[in-house]
Amino acid sequence: MTPRLIIRDLSVRYAGSETAALDGISLDLAAGERLAVIGESGSGKSTLALAIAGLLPGSALVAGRIEWPGLGRPPVAGADIGFVFQDPGASLDPVMPVGAQIAEVIRAHRPLGRAAANATAVDLIARVQLPEPGQIALAYPHQLSGGQRQRIAIAAAIAAGPKLLIADEPTSALDTIVQAEIVALIDRLVQADGMSLIFISHDIALASGIADRIAVFRRGRLVELGERDQIIGQPRDAYTRALLDASMPATPQSAGAPA
Amino acid sequence: MSALLEVRALTRSFRRGGREVAALDDVSLDLARGQTLALVGPSGSGKSTLARIVMRLIEPDRGTIRFDGVDLLAARGEMLRLLRPRFQMVFQEPLAAFNPRASVARVLDDPLRIHGLADSAARPAAIAALLERVGLEQNLAGRRIHEISGGQRQRVAIARAIATRPALLVLDEAVSALDVTVRADILTLLRDLQRNENLAYLFISHDRAVVSAFADRIAIMDRGRIVETGAAAAVVAAPQSATGKALVDAMPRLVLGNAAT
Amino acid sequence: MSFAARFLRTGEGATGAVILFALAVLALAAPALFPHDPLSIAGPALLPPFQDWSLPLGTDRLGRDVLAGIVHGARTSLAVALAAAATAIAVGTIVGTLAGFLGGLADEVLMRVTDAFQTVPGFLLALAFVSVVGPSLGVVVIAIALSAWTGPARIARAEVLSIRERDYVASARVIGMRPLEIAFREIMPNALPPVLAQSAIIVAVAILTEAALSFLGLGDPNRVTWGGMIAEGRTVLRSAPSLSIFPGIALVLAVLGVYLAGEGAVEAAATKRRHA
Repeated sequence: MTPRLIIRDLSVRYAGSETAALDGISLDLAAGERLAVIGESGSGKSTLALAIAGLLPGSALVAGRIEWPGLGRPPVAGADIGFVFQDPGASLDPVMPVGAQIAEVIRAHRPLGRAAANATAVDLIARVQLPEPGQIALAYPHQLSGGQRQRIAIAAAIAAGPKLLIADEPTSALDTIVQAEIVALIDRLVQADGMSLIFISHDIALASGIADRIAVFRRGRLVELGERDQIIGQPRDAYTRALLDASMPATPQSAGAPA
Repeated sequence: MSALLEVRALTRSFRRGGREVAALDDVSLDLARGQTLALVGPSGSGKSTLARIVMRLIEPDRGTIRFDGVDLLAARGEMLRLLRPRFQMVFQEPLAAFNPRASVARVLDDPLRIHGLADSAARPAAIAALLERVGLEQNLAGRRIHEISGGQRQRVAIARAIATRPALLVLDEAVSALDVTVRADILTLLRDLQRNENLAYLFISHDRAVVSAFADRIAIMDRGRIVETGAAAAVVAAPQSATGKALVDAMPRLVLGNAAT
Repeated sequence: MSFAARFLRTGEGATGAVILFALAVLALAAPALFPHDPLSIAGPALLPPFQDWSLPLGTDRLGRDVLAGIVHGARTSLAVALAAAATAIAVGTIVGTLAGFLGGLADEVLMRVTDAFQTVPGFLLALAFVSVVGPSLGVVVIAIALSAWTGPARIARAEVLSIRERDYVASARVIGMRPLEIAFREIMPNALPPVLAQSAIIVAVAILTEAALSFLGLGDPNRVTWGGMIAEGRTVLRSAPSLSIFPGIALVLAVLGVYLAGEGAVEAAATKRRHA
């Protein structure tokens, strides 16, 4: 089966920087596959997300190929790729009600009239499990909590029905309980709509719950790539092992915790 | 022997958007010398407010705090300044916790100078000793805060906090902003310091490693109240409160086998 | 790339720097270039410009050298403008920092005082002050600073209010730093940059205010000023317009130079952020 996304020898260097942000990255993403990209700061994981979504600054030097076999044309942000950022507020316009913002995304990519788009927006708000979606649609971003804003951001990201969802540290700014809920939400949506998912995180434990495959990045290089069980159970690279060790408590405390 | 820190019936509300919101509601806790109490809870539970009241950065509406036998809330002005060396704080974001223009040496020099712990001739040696105690190289003294890595910055923060030989350290998510591998190193450092200096830690954190492997006891907070306390291992293994259960469930765990969430 | 390099790369910065450098050199070199008192008579009255190369820009009604007047006038304009701007920024920053840091009653009082000074139009305030006290260089400097300090005060206070809540201020309190030391060592230096960003405008306005005061005869009577020269040229505007035009051009160039340099500085600061 043809992969949805093919990356070959991708290298990125930002203008004015001496080191490469990404160095010779090659990986494929199948349709409906959930890939977790794990790395610490400076690993290049966010650069990878931006490169795939076409959001790199114009001055960045890019080498290598990113191909979309099923698409036959360059991807369109919104319609083909949905992006969820780390900061829930960053992608939302502070002076516009959230329902209107989602409707805007819908109308940009689908031939729906204003009323139909607004109704669809309310449906999406319900899909991301916000209670009283009609009320929420009229709220401004600052009236919602961090977790609620992130749910709205997710709704806007999937509004045009993209086939690939990229989530760049979507839970890092949220507290623990909300983190787990958001990850569960993303997982549910991705599986229901048959989207491919690239889930970027520094937390390998968090990502392990939502990954089919895991890619470990370090200083711009792809250090290890494999099925989730293999990476977690039998990591081959020393750095991967270090990340796993750091995620587990030093002395196993809870009898109930797996691994 | 009485506890190092005794908090009783602490209450504080804020006016938020025209309403009175109870940030802390009748909160009491104890912390013994040389022990670690982890303060856990969802955002808005009051953990940071509690930490800042203990650090005398904000005033409570009601309640008492006894620190090392002293009525901490009664201390003001010069008397408070004299007590400061005994209880210090490490903040979450290393880059925000220091004047962006400062050098490492300046940051470490401040507490020594303010409390007269070393005259100006002896200070460079004192600073060098501090750097060594937190595992930093001597050449870092001349660098500026924004030039060093996140882990190094947090080590400097810890060095500054222990410069006055405190008995209590309040750590407000002190490892949350660090890379995972760096986090483990910092926790090791903190553990060593605790053993050597008999430091007590009030550790606000949601990190699983801190809560289950580092802390001796846990206090779980929700909406301004403490809903559960107990030995760390016991609470994480079998939380009794609804908040406790939700938090323990939500803490990221490495998943193997069936991925059904 | 250093700030200076980035600054000179912008068109505005380079042009502004050239103009200001030229003006500064002229101002500093004035006594060497034109050792005689510019208010003394140098030649026949109303000599047109470009006729006698020892008096390149001609002479005024009393036979005084126009070029010497412009070069010496540069000294006055730049000195007054820089002194006034420095005073305004220093006073404003201190007042703003105290207000923002102390809060409560002190803040209220200081801000109402700022309001009072701000409601009176700056030029009128300067005018009134000089009229009452009497014109001299120092008085003109104070007159200009009297209204210019309110802008920096507001900006400094706003910065301080936000900085006050930051963790590094809490950290300073936690280690027991005294409030005044926190205010002036930790907070004020970080509140300065937005204030300094205004300095170009303050200097430019100061140049113009000084020229306007001199034009109205309220400048220091013992010094040559561009404003004074323009005023003098008014009476012979139709027959010898150059007497007002040349100092006018000098004025425009000075203000333009300051403005462009300011824009270049802002651009250089912004570019740094983009690349950082």
